[in-house]
Amino acid sequence: MEKFVTHTGSALPLRRSNVDTDQIIPAEYLKRITRHGFEDALFKAWREDPEFVLNKPEYKNATVLVAGPEFGTGSSREHAVWALMDYGFKVVLSSRYADIFRGNSGKAGLLTAEVSQDIIDKIWSLVEKEPNTQITVDLEKKQVTAGDLVAQFQIDDYVRWRLMEGLDDIGLTLRHESKITEFEKSRPSFKPATL
Amino acid sequence: MGKTLAEKVWDAHIVHQASGEPDLLFIDLHLVHEVTSPQAFDGLRAANRKVRRPDLTVLTEDHNVPTQDIDKPIADLVSRAQVDALRNNAKEFGLKIFSLGSIDQGIVHVVGPQLGLTQPGMTVVCGDSHTSTHGAFGALAFGIGTSEVEHVLATQTLPLKPFKTMAITVNGKLPQGSTAKDIILAVIAKISTGGGLGYVLEYRGEAIRALSMEGRMTICNMSIEAGARAGMIAPDETTFEYIKGRPHAPVEKDWDDAISYWKTLKTDDDAKFDAEVIIDASTLTPFVTWGTNPGQGVSIDGVVPDPNSFTNPTEKTAAERALVYMDLKAGTKMRDIKVDTVFLGSCTNGRIEDLRVAAAILKGKKVASSVRMMVVPGSAKVAIQAEHEGLPAIFKAAGADWRSAGCSMCLGMNPDKLKPGERAASTSNRNYEGRQGPGGRTHLVSPLVAAATAITGHLSTPDEIK
Repeated sequence: MEKFVTHTGSALPLRRSNVDTDQIIPAEYLKRITRHGFEDALFKAWREDPEFVLNKPEYKNATVLVAGPEFGTGSSREHAVWALMDYGFKVVLSSRYADIFRGNSGKAGLLTAEVSQDIIDKIWSLVEKEPNTQITVDLEKKQVTAGDLVAQFQIDDYVRWRLMEGLDDIGLTLRHESKITEFEKSRPSFKPATL
Repeated sequence: MGKTLAEKVWDAHIVHQASGEPDLLFIDLHLVHEVTSPQAFDGLRAANRKVRRPDLTVLTEDHNVPTQDIDKPIADLVSRAQVDALRNNAKEFGLKIFSLGSIDQGIVHVVGPQLGLTQPGMTVVCGDSHTSTHGAFGALAFGIGTSEVEHVLATQTLPLKPFKTMAITVNGKLPQGSTAKDIILAVIAKISTGGGLGYVLEYRGEAIRALSMEGRMTICNMSIEAGARAGMIAPDETTFEYIKGRPHAPVEKDWDDAISYWKTLKTDDDAKFDAEVIIDASTLTPFVTWGTNPGQGVSIDGVVPDPNSFTNPTEKTAAERALVYMDLKAGTKMRDIKVDTVFLGSCTNGRIEDLRVAAAILKGKKVASSVRMMVVPGSAKVAIQAEHEGLPAIFKAAGADWRSAGCSMCLGMNPDKLKPGERAASTSNRNYEGRQGPGGRTHLVSPLVAAATAITGHLSTPDEIK
């Protein structure tokens, strides 16, 4: 995984709450067995509408998605994270994320920074007025800067450390392999096996 | 201080614990299906890793398989490639797989419990958010993403931050005509789709104790629809009775040891939950959804709400959007909403008990000429049991379509879909925009309401059927 320390880019204001992962990528596109190439499926149904914010040329190069509360609810599909990343997004800003989506983002390398809805409202207004506003998301300082606005964001400390170091979770876990082996020996015999 | 059920199961699975790190938990059972696993197996291959515990892993084909003509090759080539990938991965890594046509094939959350693989006190994961279903047995069960699927395949563990706990106490007795589905839809409407974020929900109280395992699974299944990754119910005699004698249930001394342990799996009297919600079951009428998330629900005796009645501006905007998408007007009586499709099935309501109660209503009746009804058993075994009880004949005589097992119309990734503008009463779990097919409109309902609605053509309860 690539290290993430800081990112600067323009933003896409997505004024919607409760954006479920079926909207981020419909099930039809989950039949693919690759890990990349999902950019065409991102917000597929909403993109049919020419007025949808993602279709507006002024937001074409946005890399920071600024979304309403409860972003990423529903299905556990990690394809939602891949689609956002394949499209070019590096960061999502929201006041609230669904648990599985946030977990998937941390594993795949998409930064989900949590700020209050008040900050989201301010950034929405700012980038709707000035789409080229550059947003800087500094993971080290846990700080987001947009024009004159400077705000702290929340992120789990362990996830932050992993993202900043670009560490692979499996590698980290395998440092404890002897403990896994030890645990396995103590499992009761009544627990079921599939083979 | 005592512990909650969730804390007991969590603590019993800690492999490694250190300050500033997530706990590393051992996973007792990993269920795998074709959609969220191919990239995980690719990851293993790229890193030259093996599956650590093939004996704690099981694969089934469910999400994108067709529910008719299953003896023929899958017509959709992209779906076929994905199912083939699962079969090849099973072979390469030495894993048990239930393929289309196998007697044990079915929806992953129906298959685990029916084989007796889901047992109290276990940790169960699957690359599917409805893994919360297995919590009905007092297991800690939750959905994971593909990176986590790879992690479990490689290590049989997951690094996790502890959840908070929420008690959902459902007191009293359910009135006739109301079901487990109505309890959970009422819970979600009460706490909202984000109310359970960060929590494990524990369902308790008289109304929960009175439920069958099927009903309990329906409730735990939809915990994720309240934002909670997991829902749990303490095991009791109903649980033990359900497990006993199933293919993977413990036997002889193991059974006695298991029972002794399982009986300890309940929240201690002096344990403290981080949050508590109380619901009175005796006042619950059948619940149906009017909007595009499962929290947008109302009693079937109610009306489509006016968006202006929401004080929270986010909820108001969401309601406005939902009414446009659903093509509904505020104030419309829910019972006046006409549907053209009824779907009975899914990991929420595709079990034998669900088919039985629907068949009892449809017996000797006809599905309205304006309605197509699709009945999809949750697994091949459920289908066989239904055949044994004569249920398919009842559905077919009523004019419903009887299919083979799979996720079917719950999500639009197999041939069973709504067409744009079509409106369904569905026993599934999600009414999101386009969930059952692009442009399709979904009302979530119980199996009883689904069967009655199929007969009348508009959202109905069985007492309307003469």
